[in-house]
Amino acid sequence: MRHGAPAPATDIVGIMASLIDLANPTRFMRFSAALLPWLAAIATLLLAAGLYLAWFKAPADYQQGETIRIMFIHVPAAWLAMMFYSMMALSALGTLVWRHPLADVAQKAAAPIGACFALICLVTGALWGKPMWGTYWVWDARLTSMLVLLLIYLGIIALWRVLDDPSRAARAVAILTLVGFVNVPIIKFSVDWWNTLHQPASVLRMGGPTIHPAMLWPLLILAIGFTLMALSLHMVAMRAEIMRRRVRTLTILEAERLDRLARQGAPA
Amino acid sequence: MSGLFDAIGPHAGFILASYCASAIVLIGLTFAILRDHAAQKRALDALERRGAGRRSGRGAA
Repeated sequence: MRHGAPAPATDIVGIMASLIDLANPTRFMRFSAALLPWLAAIATLLLAAGLYLAWFKAPADYQQGETIRIMFIHVPAAWLAMMFYSMMALSALGTLVWRHPLADVAQKAAAPIGACFALICLVTGALWGKPMWGTYWVWDARLTSMLVLLLIYLGIIALWRVLDDPSRAARAVAILTLVGFVNVPIIKFSVDWWNTLHQPASVLRMGGPTIHPAMLWPLLILAIGFTLMALSLHMVAMRAEIMRRRVRTLTILEAERLDRLARQGAPA
Repeated sequence: MSGLFDAIGPHAGFILASYCASAIVLIGLTFAILRDHAAQKRALDALERRGAGRRSGRGAA
């Protein structure tokens, strides 16, 4: 290789090799066991700091008053519900295209976590809507598309439970996940595309956030805290899923071995 | 408790209900995931103790 010449192919091969290394379930178990305590500790600290700032430092909103404190949970929950679905769509590609050994494990473990954040988003949104809009629910684009996301999550969880064979279930769920992904940009842009009761984006928007830093900082700290908490839970759920599959394989092997022993011991 | 409600204002019930509902969902989720992890670990340990992964019958106790 010439001096100073870039070596993109070598870099890509290196990155792929690292990903394949991590794709090994045994390596993932070792790596996650080392990372989990740190991730959980940082998440706890950020959540504690964020809640303190949200309750004791952030001012009340000039229009919405103290109900603005619901935003500190509602907004991160909405972001995480969409983020986890996007992660699941990537995992679905990993299952269908690259046949990554951990892709369907990651997808299965993410679904209940994403569903819980979608539920929190809907419940806190309804409780915020009643005092501000005068109603818990309206069938507008943002609220309805978020409800559809929760229903897709529940459908995916149900499909995992219906099909016994993990590899068959993984392919079926991956297709459903990719079809359902069309809903994620609809949720994000619903407030721009249609007239809705829901306010437009005030943090993740072109031109920067429109909310005051005294509210923005607690929101961002809580968002990172909830994200790290969700990723910690995802890692534990992935470890449980890897162990469930080992249990399934070992149970089949044990049954075969006992069957073989019974045949050897049985009279001809 | 009424002091807390007074401090938060007329919509205290909605605000506290939001936080309580979120806490219940997240604590329930954490508990369910940790319980599942512990159950799978117990099952795997039991199978490995019995030598379930071995091809021969020597591991069976």
